[in-house]
Amino acid sequence: MTNGTEPTRTTVEPSDDAPNTPAPGEEVVIKLQGVNKWYGQFHVLRDINLNVRKGERVVVCGPSGSGKSTMIRCINRLEEHQKGDIVVNDVTLTNDVKAIEAIRKDVGMVFQSFNLFPHLTVLENLILGPIWVKKTPRKEAIETAMYYLGRVKIPEQANKYPGQLSGGQQQRVAIARSLCMKPSIMLFDEPTSALDPEMIKEVLDVMTELAQEGMTMVCVTHEMGFARSVADTVVFMADGQIVEMNTPKELFANPKEERTKQFLSQIIQHH
Amino acid sequence: MRTDERELRNPAYTHTEEPDEPTAGHPPTRTWDLLGWTRKHLFSSIPNTILTLLCLYLLWLAIPPVVDWALLSAVWSSDTADACKVEGAGACWAFVEQKHRFILFGLYPFGEQWRPMVAVVLFIGLIAGSCWPGFWNKGLLAAWAVGLTVCGILMWGGVFGLTYVENSQWGGVPLTLILSVVGIVAAMPLAVLLALGRRSDLPAIKTVCVTFIELIRGVPLISVLFMASIMFPLFMPEGVTVDKLLRAVAGITLFTSAYLAEAIRGGLQSLPQGQYEAADSLGLNYWQKTRLIILPQALRIVIPPLVNQFISTFKDTSLVIIIGLYDLLTTAKTALADPEWRQFYAESYIFAAALYFCFAFFMSRYSQYLERRLNTGTRR
Repeated sequence: MTNGTEPTRTTVEPSDDAPNTPAPGEEVVIKLQGVNKWYGQFHVLRDINLNVRKGERVVVCGPSGSGKSTMIRCINRLEEHQKGDIVVNDVTLTNDVKAIEAIRKDVGMVFQSFNLFPHLTVLENLILGPIWVKKTPRKEAIETAMYYLGRVKIPEQANKYPGQLSGGQQQRVAIARSLCMKPSIMLFDEPTSALDPEMIKEVLDVMTELAQEGMTMVCVTHEMGFARSVADTVVFMADGQIVEMNTPKELFANPKEERTKQFLSQIIQHH
Repeated sequence: MRTDERELRNPAYTHTEEPDEPTAGHPPTRTWDLLGWTRKHLFSSIPNTILTLLCLYLLWLAIPPVVDWALLSAVWSSDTADACKVEGAGACWAFVEQKHRFILFGLYPFGEQWRPMVAVVLFIGLIAGSCWPGFWNKGLLAAWAVGLTVCGILMWGGVFGLTYVENSQWGGVPLTLILSVVGIVAAMPLAVLLALGRRSDLPAIKTVCVTFIELIRGVPLISVLFMASIMFPLFMPEGVTVDKLLRAVAGITLFTSAYLAEAIRGGLQSLPQGQYEAADSLGLNYWQKTRLIILPQALRIVIPPLVNQFISTFKDTSLVIIIGLYDLLTTAKTALADPEWRQFYAESYIFAAALYFCFAFFMSRYSQYLERRLNTGTRR
């Protein structure tokens, strides 16, 4: 890294009145403490501290390459962090495979590129996890799958293959696939970035509905409208650090850091 | 003229031709006409015309003599070779008529050759049945278990009043089929494990797999067969012998598995990383992920190179001649040892080649069918 030329930036520690600080009695379900990660020499995550309470909706935004995706991928161990602690549902992430599988069972993830299994029908995509991971009886798994397909408003596509669906439909199937595992936490990694503009809304609608039901969500997205209306907390990241976090209202109206202002002004120019 | 006319027509022409269908959503129909096609493809320019005429001339030189030799002047049936040795006689198919039992079944006792015959028909029936996706269920496994047992009983005998036939007397088509099918079927699971092992994060497993694959790929099949047949017994303790046929099958299996493993590894690598991540994020463990998500997709992608290797292995079984097994090609060669028929090697090899071709061509066509069928609805 170019340490000499880089402007020094202080990581914002959640202070007592910041919204991210857990109130007494509120359960913290995701806890990142001093998390660091390197790709070779490249320092992708620097001293990340983040607490997510049960039922909290956190939106993570920031310029590309800022480490947003890497951070949420560390939460279900798709990426390994090298320093610091990540605690999810009271389980600390280590190399213990059983613990990782247990966390993944309870943490759903939706990807930018959908990642549906193309050789299986929509319904088979949905029941695979429940049947093999949770040992749910097949009949019950199908019932659950059809319920969630109804929730994402495409029950009629159950027997099609992913390749026959539009991007928006595929992403909604991917959300339903995660929900079928009855997770307590959902991670979204730029869920609308690969979609055509007219399909973004249908996916955001589903996510908004999910948020209203009290699902704990961590969502990396550039959809500022979604952040504004749904998020409890918006986290702004740049260069592997959390630069600023606050309620969406505060963060968008009164960004404290210069870097945040700069980013927001660019976003607003284009929206 | 007609072709050109049709091509010059304005696309809108179809609209006026079919006023009843205002949507006009289908392309104009084209009829095939010989004259137009010939003019366009064969005589479109002077160089093309010259090439066409040259090719026609070469075909005229080549085809009639071949047809005459193979069909018109051929001797189809005769008890002795004399009929074939007269002036102007063509192919001596009488040789095949006389020797086909030996070429097909080798040294298997002549009076018992109905047994390998039935076994081969049963075996091919099993393979053909397995090719139909509608039969891919548990019943198929049972059918194979029963079928292979019956084939074994027929080939070995020794029970139900059948005389015992040692497997050193097996030969011809049954031997070629056993070597190739057992070799391929046994090599597949081994190859999958090797391919997965080569991509493993565990250094010990990875090293073993890489070493095995590179070692086997680095030597010719002949040397593997030599090792299996000559070196291997030297290392065994006194009195312990492993059947020669079994050793040959083991050699072919190991050799084939190294090549198949590399083809399968190609398939594993071509899968997008997202597929692995999606499976991981659902909490599937390694073997569930591999069996349910990764292999079904990876193997589908590598059907062409897999079948390529199957065909290659099928033909390479002819190398067992060097360890003294009588496969199809060896029996065809040995049939020529009879001094009376010695000169008819072309007929003998053509017959063997035709049999090889039937099997190899079937495999090739089947792989194309399978690719089409498995890709239905899953195109990305």
